[in-house]
Amino acid sequence: MKLMMQLNINGVLHESEINVRRTLLEVLRETFGLMGTKKGCNEGECGACTVLLDGKSVLACLVLAVEAQGKRIDTVEGLAENGELHPLQESFIRHGALQCGFCTPGMLMAARGLLNENPKPGEPEVRQAIAGNLCRCTGYDKIVKAILDAAGRP
Amino acid sequence: MQYPYLKRLPGFEYLAPETVGEAVELLARHKGQARVLAGGTDLLLDMKRRQELPQYVIGLKNVRSLDFLNYDESGGLSFGPLVTVHFVETSPLIKEKFPVLSQAAATLGSVQVRNLATVVGNLCSALPSADMAPGLIVLGARLKITGTNGQRLVAVEDFFRAPGESILAPDELVTEVRVPNPPAGSGMVYLKHMTRSAMDLSMVGVAALVALKNGTCDEVRICLGTSGPTPLRAVKAEEVLKGKRFEANLIEKAAAAASRECHPRSSLRATAAYRRDMVKVLTRRALTRAGEQAA
Repeated sequence: MKLMMQLNINGVLHESEINVRRTLLEVLRETFGLMGTKKGCNEGECGACTVLLDGKSVLACLVLAVEAQGKRIDTVEGLAENGELHPLQESFIRHGALQCGFCTPGMLMAARGLLNENPKPGEPEVRQAIAGNLCRCTGYDKIVKAILDAAGRP
Repeated sequence: MQYPYLKRLPGFEYLAPETVGEAVELLARHKGQARVLAGGTDLLLDMKRRQELPQYVIGLKNVRSLDFLNYDESGGLSFGPLVTVHFVETSPLIKEKFPVLSQAAATLGSVQVRNLATVVGNLCSALPSADMAPGLIVLGARLKITGTNGQRLVAVEDFFRAPGESILAPDELVTEVRVPNPPAGSGMVYLKHMTRSAMDLSMVGVAALVALKNGTCDEVRICLGTSGPTPLRAVKAEEVLKGKRFEANLIEKAAAAASRECHPRSSLRATAAYRRDMVKVLTRRALTRAGEQAA
């Protein structure tokens, strides 16, 4: 069953005919070529596909694209604005908070979701916010520091 | 089944009713072939794994009347099936009046899952480990269930039938959760024992509610999660304390009673014997903490 869907991705309205069985993750990557959102476990455990729906972090592998209509979808591609990296991205670079980089988009979006809700989180809140994001290079400490450092910046 | 991570969702027809009446009618029309989608964190996984192959998926997202949360001093709390676990976790009102619910919500999955998952969905999946069940049960919460033949009210305690199975008929929908105010000055706690510190199902979960009057246990309710095929009210443990002085040796006896009356199974997370031991430990801790909070 296909439907004409309208999706607001990073502030731009996209329209396409999409099968209702497609997850938001599949649609972002395969229909719109936005490869920043990663497909890790595809079953809600790893956090690599974290995006924001109306400002809240969710797993794109567990959302039907059809149900994301009418909401604002933010992906890692929309973090930088006018060629300027987002403070979170700058902070990740400064702290060396990534190694292979596969978990990074999900980590950034989970952090963004946290800062939307709590602009000045402490370390326990930061650790809670990324509890569902797995990093196989085990860079959690630098990631936590990077998020704390970016917290509160515009 | 062997490589679930490769799986895409199976095909289905997507239906998006806008009223409860429409939703219930669709459920009745496609009896047994339709599944309700609220948060989707259980259903979509089951579908990817081909454990669920519904012909129709009924998305509740557009039924705006199901997305509400009200509180009043006399009637207590009521909320609809679109209220997310994260909302319950962070609501200042729930933290203040029904802290056992916010505590339980905070232990479920990751933030990303809690932003999608709904409290009612957690109940409807009917797993023995459902984190939201024990707290609602000790609070004496009831569910309003709407079907083609009208409505009924069922205590959360009576909602579960077997692992993965509730008493909901195929044409019924949970349309409201009603949580009465706890007895004045009661303390309440949810404790969850996990292998990891987050992102895990419970080996054992225990909710306790205690109200004291002059040092005597006026009201005590205990509910055990992952300690049997369904969330289990520890009635014998409650009897040990009810109307008695709330003190350490009786708390210990109540914890031992809870450990005897539960019937956990062995699974990859824990053996039955270990779970039984942990029921005792967690019941003692939960009662002690709830008692400390009770005014």
